[in-house]
Amino acid sequence: MIQVRDLLKKYGDVTAVAGVSFDVAPGEIFAFLGPNGAGKTTTIQMLTTLVPPDGGTMQIDGLDPVRQASAVRQRFGIVFQDASLDSELTAWENMEIHGVLYHVPRRTRHERIERLLTLFELWDRRDAYVKTFSGGMRRRLEIARGFLHTPKILFLDEPTLGLDPQSRNQLWTHVKSLNESEHVTVFLTTHYMDEAERVAGRIAIIDHGKIVAQGTAAELKQQTSTDSLEKAFLALTGTTIRDERADPAAQMRQFAKMWRR
Amino acid sequence: MSAIYILWLREVKRYTRSRAQIVASIAQPLLYLLALGFGLGPVFQKAGEGSYLQFVAPGVIGLSILFTSIFSGIGLLWDRQFGFLKETLVAPVPRLNIMIGKTFGGATVAILQGMLIVIVCLIAGFRPAHVSTLPLALIFMVLIAITFAGLGTVIGSKLQNMQGFQLMMNFLVMPIFFLSGALYPLTNLPWGLAAVTRIDPMTYGIDGLRGAFIGTAHFSPVTNVIVLIGVAAFFLILGARAFARIQI
Repeated sequence: MIQVRDLLKKYGDVTAVAGVSFDVAPGEIFAFLGPNGAGKTTTIQMLTTLVPPDGGTMQIDGLDPVRQASAVRQRFGIVFQDASLDSELTAWENMEIHGVLYHVPRRTRHERIERLLTLFELWDRRDAYVKTFSGGMRRRLEIARGFLHTPKILFLDEPTLGLDPQSRNQLWTHVKSLNESEHVTVFLTTHYMDEAERVAGRIAIIDHGKIVAQGTAAELKQQTSTDSLEKAFLALTGTTIRDERADPAAQMRQFAKMWRR
Repeated sequence: MSAIYILWLREVKRYTRSRAQIVASIAQPLLYLLALGFGLGPVFQKAGEGSYLQFVAPGVIGLSILFTSIFSGIGLLWDRQFGFLKETLVAPVPRLNIMIGKTFGGATVAILQGMLIVIVCLIAGFRPAHVSTLPLALIFMVLIAITFAGLGTVIGSKLQNMQGFQLMMNFLVMPIFFLSGALYPLTNLPWGLAAVTRIDPMTYGIDGLRGAFIGTAHFSPVTNVIVLIGVAAFFLILGARAFARIQI
């Protein structure tokens, strides 16, 4: 479903992604783990047509994200690291706009909105403004929205950041059940090792723009002779703390935190 | 087409729902209208120019349209990191359609806001000279809104951080307003100021509004319309190009 070979991205003299290769099979749940600034988000941005790569090849369901951007976009759903809902609109309206943008015919659209909002336990709140939703509810709505146009792949970029254990647990339960019922391939990044171990079939660990190990959680533990994924992760990526350069987005994220209720 | 419509509708819905914001946005034009209208009124009268309230009301209407339309574009800065814009940029819809829906949505909101200020001005004592020229006034309101929604899109697509926003406010938006002849007649100006006012596209919008509302204008309505259409087209093309280059 996803094929990546020697993918490369440079920002000035900083190499964000330095020749990454991996495959994700149809229906698989694939986790991308790595310290801050390892190249996770950049890789997702290239796969999702937002950023052009500087080298290497990619295929999403057999299509090239660079040359066939529109066809590729129709095939994936994405939940970004930062919120991307319109909080002045209702849950229903957010879903409706997404459906229109993805050319889902009206009848199918309304049926699927009802089905997904019910599944994610938001149907009763469909006419409430998103600004009245909790962090967990917003995340659920974003994921429900990502599934609306029956994508073949769902990208989740740190979807559980800042959520309590209950919300995280519930969120993954829903994602897993849709992965099974609709055969959606899931590509996720997270900092929570327990989540990756619980949800993902295979895991790739990326550091300094390169994949340092990939396999099932059991294989990674075996490779590093450790007894937990967290220890395996630290053995592979070291214990130094990565200081991310504060780019404009990071500065604005800081600013947004101050104003969040 | 449906994508353009739904994004346009989104902008209009957001506006009509933000009641508190609408009330707040009346405050500034009202202050200009009352403080300047009544404060400078006697001096203006003595200079033999008639009622300053009558004179300044079209300027204040133009001001509210200018601010609302430029801000709708500058909102892109926030919207692309923490808002809905990101979601639209990965949708299988051409960037141009998103830009059109959003820019014209912003322009529509600015026109609605302008109409609201027309009503406020009428309540404050402003009286248009002829009913027959009011449709012409509406045309100028639409042209001002589209021109500056286009400029807003250019700025919003290029800005990288919040500091840039302040910069734009002080060095672009305020000068556009103060150098437009919204507050003073274009006749007998020192040559420097006269030259600058003629470069400012807002001058032609305000002059057009004033001509349509109270029948006194510096340029002919045809000149005003042609200049505004030209500048609007220029900003829209620039906006489409800048929007196409937005990187997340």
